[in-house]
Amino acid sequence: MVPLEHVIGLSAILFTLGVIGVAIRRNLIVMLMSIELMLNAVNLAFVGFNRVWPEGPAGAAGAERALDGQIFVLMVITVAAAEVAVGLGILISMFRNRDSVNVDDVSLLKW
Amino acid sequence: MVSGTDGETLLRWIPLVPLLAALLHGVMIGVVRRSTPRWAVIAISCGAALLSFVFSCVAFFHLVQLPPEGRVLLDSIYTWIGAGIGDTRLAAEVAFRLDPLSAVMILVVTGVGFLIHVYSVGYMDDDHRDDRGFQRFFCYLNLFTFSMLVLVLADNLVLLFLGWEGVGLCSYLLIGFWYSDRFNAYCGSKAFIVNRIGDFGFLIGIFLIFKAFVDVGVPASLAFADIRQNFESISGLSVAVPFWGASMRLVDLIGLCLFVGACGKSAQIPLYVWLPDAMAGPTPVSALIHAATMVTAGVYMVCRMSFLFAAAPVASAVVAWTGAITALLAATIAITQTDIKKVLAYSTVSQLGYMFIAAGCGGYTGAIFHLVTHAFFKALLFLGAGSVILAMHHEQDIGKMGGLRRKIPQTTLVFGAGVVAISGFPPFSGFFSKDEILVTAYTAHVPGHLWLYAIGLFTAGITAFYMWRLFFLTFWGESRVPAELRERIREPSGVIVNPLWVLAVLALVGGLIGIPQIYGGWFVGPDQASHSLNNFLAPLLPEAEPHLLEHSTEWLMAFAAVGIAALGQLAAYVLYVRRPRVSRWLAANLPTYHRLVTRKFYVDEIYDRLIVRPLVHLSDAVLFRRVDAGLIDGLAVNGTARGVRAIAANGLKYLQSGLTQGYVFMMIVGTLAILGYMLG
Repeated sequence: MVPLEHVIGLSAILFTLGVIGVAIRRNLIVMLMSIELMLNAVNLAFVGFNRVWPEGPAGAAGAERALDGQIFVLMVITVAAAEVAVGLGILISMFRNRDSVNVDDVSLLKW
Repeated sequence: MVSGTDGETLLRWIPLVPLLAALLHGVMIGVVRRSTPRWAVIAISCGAALLSFVFSCVAFFHLVQLPPEGRVLLDSIYTWIGAGIGDTRLAAEVAFRLDPLSAVMILVVTGVGFLIHVYSVGYMDDDHRDDRGFQRFFCYLNLFTFSMLVLVLADNLVLLFLGWEGVGLCSYLLIGFWYSDRFNAYCGSKAFIVNRIGDFGFLIGIFLIFKAFVDVGVPASLAFADIRQNFESISGLSVAVPFWGASMRLVDLIGLCLFVGACGKSAQIPLYVWLPDAMAGPTPVSALIHAATMVTAGVYMVCRMSFLFAAAPVASAVVAWTGAITALLAATIAITQTDIKKVLAYSTVSQLGYMFIAAGCGGYTGAIFHLVTHAFFKALLFLGAGSVILAMHHEQDIGKMGGLRRKIPQTTLVFGAGVVAISGFPPFSGFFSKDEILVTAYTAHVPGHLWLYAIGLFTAGITAFYMWRLFFLTFWGESRVPAELRERIREPSGVIVNPLWVLAVLALVGGLIGIPQIYGGWFVGPDQASHSLNNFLAPLLPEAEPHLLEHSTEWLMAFAAVGIAALGQLAAYVLYVRRPRVSRWLAANLPTYHRLVTRKFYVDEIYDRLIVRPLVHLSDAVLFRRVDAGLIDGLAVNGTARGVRAIAANGLKYLQSGLTQGYVFMMIVGTLAILGYMLG
């Protein structure tokens, strides 16, 4: 079995990559992908923890095998899908108006 | 406590029925907004009043069937206020308590109240100024009955205070009932504001009782039974008087505070000024609220707290002396008033003063006795005056009356019955109650009690004088009615006159409930030293020591009282019937005194200069312009907004750069900061 430390380590690395990607890239498509990377890092952490503690939080009432972590992953995937839909919508609209997907080209909403 | 008696849950319906009627009226006026048929309004209101009276009677009979020591019925409905823990817990129950004292009060309130409801049907019928006015009037009247019943039935001081405020509110609403006339609205406000001053004192008194109980560590319940039971533990406390160095007993201070409240509600010096102006309301209101019931609430409260006043000699002396001075002053003012209702208003103030003489001298029974008889005859007099006013087509000036006895004989008769009763001729009600008060003052231990007696006796003479003056000027002598009105004077209809007959009978024979033993002791059980009302109330009220008077002294005092009353009547007869010129001559040749009295000793003017105007000025120039407009609106509210705007406009807005990368960076830094804080 893969030890938990490895799972968490991979998750942390993926998450950091995502953060860095969002922070330093100007291309909106890449930024969206980086966000997806962060979300999936979290998903990985969820399933990893759920594998180690399948009964859920200590002393939780109810079933012996509560699949809280895995169910939460489904939730995150749903939200991520919705978020990408909106993000790509904005992206297309932006490209039509500016012929660009560089976020530095859209900075009118300011003081 | 007795529990499980049939009468217990009945108690709540006594005040609830009028409340339901008031709510029904309120819904019809405010929500349905369609004019209710007149008969329905009458049926609801008078029906509620009658039902309440019937319930009161039933409860009363339940009560008297109990043994004298255990005559208490309690109806606890729910805990209204529950706050704090342990001994400092403040628990106010909505609980009604029927004991002999409240039993007497509810019978008066509902009995006289019902008659006045019936009378109002006739009186307010005359009023066509406002289509919904009729129902609005009865809505207020029912609401008043409810509040008054809560006041007298309350089991604790907090609930009593609720009723106390309720009757004040209804009084305000009804004084300003014809609010389209600015003066009426002004009078209503005056009554309300002056009452607030008294209520403030009352509240402080309640707080002091609560605090005292908390300080000594007994359960701080404000229920009367508990206060009375735990009273011993606080009766020894004393408090330092600021700026004076001396200390006074806490019970005296509490008594004084409570009495301030009583002064406001029962129109005693220095807070009596609202009552004469309260005559701006419709006459049935003057009869019910400003003569028979609400204004006696102060007397009732003092009697309810009598165990406290009995242990507070200083407060009691203040009560007695305030009452005496008020009685004398108001009676003096009443002599020169020319408005038929104003005479009665000052008379009410004066008679309330009598009740406080009795209460201050420890004769709580006497106070309640006079309260009851006064409710009968003063309600009768006011309603009689209302009948006169209707007959005169809303003319209230007795200078324009005279000789009315031939036009309205029934009203003359019943009004005469009231006058006979109040001026204290035996064997009518005022005689017995006034006599008991005078005897109490004579035998009391209050400083200067003989002076109290003398003032009381003298005031009895003045009372007879001004009442007979009113009677003669209105009904006797030459008619001074303006010619165009003279032919239109009609006796009002039966719905107005019939309640008067009932009240007239009550005013004449009402004194029988308290006949002293020297007159043969009717209504007195065997082997009992005092009269029946006394015996009935005895378990509740700490009676002063029994009168140590020879029967001969007592007879002498009765003769003195009757004599001086007869003297007053004779003087009025001579001055206003036989030799009216003499009274005019007196008025013309003693201008200073006459003006001083006619202008009511300039008390209103003095208050206006000393208190009202400085207060208005302070409120306008300082509190409104500086504190409210300047400090709160300007500095606090608008200042905050301006400050925030300045900061945002000059600095914070540059954070909004429009660069997505910058936002991402700030978000990461922020997240890291929070993470660092939580982990580190």
